[in-house]
Amino acid sequence: MKIRILKALLRKEVKLMKRNPLIPKIIVGMPLMVMLVLPLVANLEVKNAGVTIVDNDRSQLSRRIAADIDASDYLSVKEIACTHDEAMKSIEDGKADVILTIPSHYSRDLAQGNVDIDIEANGVNATKGMLGAQYVSQSVMGTLKQWRSENGMSVDLPETSVINLYNPTLNFRNYMIPALIVVLLIIICGFLPALNLVSEKESGTIEAMNVTPVSRLAFVLSKLIPFWVVGMIVVTVGMTVGWLVYGLTPAGNIGAIYLAAILFSLALSGLGVTIANKSATMLQSIFVMFAFIMIFQLMSGLFTPIRSMPEWAQYITYAIPPRYFIEIMRSVYLKGAGIIDLWPQYAAIAAFALFFSALAAATYSKRN
Amino acid sequence: MGNDKAISVKNLTKKFGSFTAVDHITFDVAKGEIFGFLGANGAGKTTAMRMLCGLSRPTEGDGHVAGCDIITQAEAIKHRIGYMSQKFSLYADLTVEENIRLFSTIYGMSSSQIREASERLFKELEMENMRNTFVKDIPVGWKQKLALATATIHKPQIVFLDEPTGGVDPVTRRKFWELIYKASSDGMTVFVTTHYLDEAEYCNRIFIMVDGKISALDSPSALKEKYHVATIDEVFRIVAQNAQRTD
Repeated sequence: MKIRILKALLRKEVKLMKRNPLIPKIIVGMPLMVMLVLPLVANLEVKNAGVTIVDNDRSQLSRRIAADIDASDYLSVKEIACTHDEAMKSIEDGKADVILTIPSHYSRDLAQGNVDIDIEANGVNATKGMLGAQYVSQSVMGTLKQWRSENGMSVDLPETSVINLYNPTLNFRNYMIPALIVVLLIIICGFLPALNLVSEKESGTIEAMNVTPVSRLAFVLSKLIPFWVVGMIVVTVGMTVGWLVYGLTPAGNIGAIYLAAILFSLALSGLGVTIANKSATMLQSIFVMFAFIMIFQLMSGLFTPIRSMPEWAQYITYAIPPRYFIEIMRSVYLKGAGIIDLWPQYAAIAAFALFFSALAAATYSKRN
Repeated sequence: MGNDKAISVKNLTKKFGSFTAVDHITFDVAKGEIFGFLGANGAGKTTAMRMLCGLSRPTEGDGHVAGCDIITQAEAIKHRIGYMSQKFSLYADLTVEENIRLFSTIYGMSSSQIREASERLFKELEMENMRNTFVKDIPVGWKQKLALATATIHKPQIVFLDEPTGGVDPVTRRKFWELIYKASSDGMTVFVTTHYLDEAEYCNRIFIMVDGKISALDSPSALKEKYHVATIDEVFRIVAQNAQRTD
């Protein structure tokens, strides 16, 4: 393989990419759009979970519990029901997600000891129901604590408290932004090289190449290398929006992110080219790529934690390249980890990059 | 294989599943010859040519192209040949000059050789004013000329032309054949497929392929004499009348 030939091929790729009416827009526009919109929308935070209260006590305390719940950002009291049946109806109508039942004589009994109160959550919208129930219990706990200290009682309550390390506000945006950058890289650096190569097949230009003495490695590298740059552009746009719009900057070194992004782009574009080598049409390559991307998104820990997967599935995730990139992104962004702390992840991505590039070169055949 | 042979194949066969596209063909092409490869659509011309150019692996048979074995030395063949495919296949979004630069660099030409060759080429083809035009924007007739020029820029020993004049008007076709003669007089062996039978008259020798097999192989005048007819058109009709394959 001669460097001069590789350079000529790279020049051709860059020119064709720049002159394509769509691709430069996709490379900049898609990250912009995704980063501007999705962190606001793709949010697992529960806001305004509806609460219906069955107040059998009708005391000062019970009214205070209701008022405190309503004052919370996350909860709003939809209805004060007289009976439990009435409350159930408000859930069935979709007005409320959580029912809080305060027993009669609650404040009187409470002076003597602990009394249970009932919190029921709607399991249909599980996230909203579960989190809403948790918020209600926290709110009630807070009210009781205050009430007891005002009345000179011990504030020693059995309390559940969760402290979130590294993301103290449990701000889902902090969690989503690094993940979205990963998704963008998967899509852009996976699809574009595949489509690029298949379009050469469809237009017949690949045959003009195959009949020349160009080496397979040089040709495949000319398809992969431009995506290092594309990957860097995507990451840069993503991080810039994260910083300017959401005020989130990586706690760690930016260089660590770029290094991971380059290795990851290489792995993904290698996969894309491999798929294109085996596809005859755009449609085929798109469908196969989609299958991979589905698995990448759902099994790499992007949106669902790997630790809550069944054990067999956790083993599979080791074979999924984005898993390592996500670990790096989150650790660098939120914990401020560096390359040395994360060397096993870097080594894994580098191995994938090497493997997929080699596979791309091996599956590219100039003769059939 | 003698040194005076540019191409020499024996029992060359290509099967796609149970379909035999090219069925045990054997022939030689002498150096410097203009060799016409005739046949109806689907006769197997392109498949045969792709095997000679190292784009397709033969199922059976063997042979040499430009002194290299077609089975084991396919990549070496590619240094010595030029190929113009049936479908126009230069990069549409590159300019004329960028396409020429790209391909001549791949053929290992130095920068000064490339400069020299492209100057000569622009002059010969009268394309000076088109050098910075995107290939997609130039007229069809010019595209064919440019494709031929690109396929021969590195002065290959043999140039393969797969239906180079498809969809081109008679005047442009005539001019195109002048370029083919020019390449031949420069010492290149020309291997050309066509189904324009008048073009067959321009060849030194022709080979008529029917259903993947050789049906006739000789000079145009010898063939006309053999079948007692006045034109190659009539020869073709006699030879191809039993053809099974059509599009």
